[in-house]
Amino acid sequence: MAKNISFTIKYWKQNGPKDAGHFEERHMKDIPDDTSFLEMLDILNEELIEEGKEPFVFDHDCREGICGMCSLYINGTPHGKTERGATTCQLYMRRFEDGCTITVEPWRSAAFPVIKDCMVDRSAFDKIQAAGGYISVRTGAPQDANAILIPKENADEAMDCATCIGCGACVAACKNGSAMLFVSSKVSQYALLPQGRPEAARRAKAMVAKMDELGFGNCTNTRACEAVCPKNESISNIARLNREFIKAKLAD
Amino acid sequence: MWLCNSSVGRKVVMSVTGVALILFLTFHACMNLVALFSKDGYNLVCEMLGANWYAVAATLALAALVVIHFIYAVILTLQNRKARGNNRYAVTSRPEKVEWASQNMFVLGVIVVLGLLLHLYNFWYNMMFAELFNAGMPYINEVEDAADGYGMIAYTFSQPVFTALYIVWFVAIWFHLTHGFWSAFQTLGWNGKIWFNRWKTIGNVYATVLMLIFVVVALKFAFCGGAC
Repeated sequence: MAKNISFTIKYWKQNGPKDAGHFEERHMKDIPDDTSFLEMLDILNEELIEEGKEPFVFDHDCREGICGMCSLYINGTPHGKTERGATTCQLYMRRFEDGCTITVEPWRSAAFPVIKDCMVDRSAFDKIQAAGGYISVRTGAPQDANAILIPKENADEAMDCATCIGCGACVAACKNGSAMLFVSSKVSQYALLPQGRPEAARRAKAMVAKMDELGFGNCTNTRACEAVCPKNESISNIARLNREFIKAKLAD
Repeated sequence: MWLCNSSVGRKVVMSVTGVALILFLTFHACMNLVALFSKDGYNLVCEMLGANWYAVAATLALAALVVIHFIYAVILTLQNRKARGNNRYAVTSRPEKVEWASQNMFVLGVIVVLGLLLHLYNFWYNMMFAELFNAGMPYINEVEDAADGYGMIAYTFSQPVFTALYIVWFVAIWFHLTHGFWSAFQTLGWNGKIWFNRWKTIGNVYATVLMLIFVVVALKFAFCGGAC
């Protein structure tokens, strides 16, 4: 049985990266607890628009946990306290108590400047990906699928790494603003497959160099990233990236 | 040079110096064990580690390790604070699997360095330094010979304030090592889903045994001096 809850929402307002920003508060009344978090924000925005106020800006797209656009820091946790393996759009109001206060903040990291309110610029991730997160393929007729044999475990592991949606929760949760979980997942998804090996050394070096250049911090293995990752990426990926990177540097 | 220019390289320096310092602590703990059993044996070790060239060279190397580990820690911490940005979260929470020590390595490190300074003042200054620059005469009157390490331990831990400070210091090192040990191997790339639990267990057991040895020696001298 769905029940309705009422609560106070504190949401972050900020006009661009240079603005100081502040919280605004609003009391939300009788929200059904099977409303999704983003639907609740839609209700908030409809109320604001009806009152002639500026709506609250946040990122969202597919609303089914696969696009990596939603990015809210809810009550001290990226994507809120969902079941493990869920994004903000998969968070439901039944997770909150009647009468509680919900604090909504943007990802806070120097490499993710605020565009407006809780919408942050995550194009730094695209730049890291463009620096080496691909394989160079000669075009032509497709090869037979079984021409290159790949152990099942490697294929599974590579697939797990590739499920990273690049939402940036790892950076948001990290006290160092480090992007190592994202970068290591992207490096791993290729490093584990034979097609990725020829460029593995160059990839690891190029992606780490880009990550450093864009102002992400140094990983100190606190594991906050894997605790909040909606795709359950493991820090064993970070160990693999370190291995690939150190090997590549020692071979220079 | 990738060891200073890249984030992974800087962490490799932290790992390698950290592991080297753990090896030194292991040596130091073994040395302390001797003091539990034999006054003469312990002072023999102290004599060997006095103003001999190899002991001085090893001390300089050790000092370099500490300095590099500390300077890199300062650089990494400053960079990480900058990467975090100017705005702090209003509400934060620590996920269950995130250990307290892992998020407070720098603070723990500062406590470790402060303890180290006290320790150098209590012992090294009256021992190797006194042998080098004060003709083997300690700067304290209670101990007559700079190579009398046993007497120095007994004198230091006869004062409860030092015993208490050393225990706090040991606890800080224990916390620092419980994270530092497995973290070093993670940074060096020798880790994975299976090895993670192995390194963590090895690290916790190793750090606990190591620090217990230090605590036992301190408590032994605090409660019954050099007599028993």
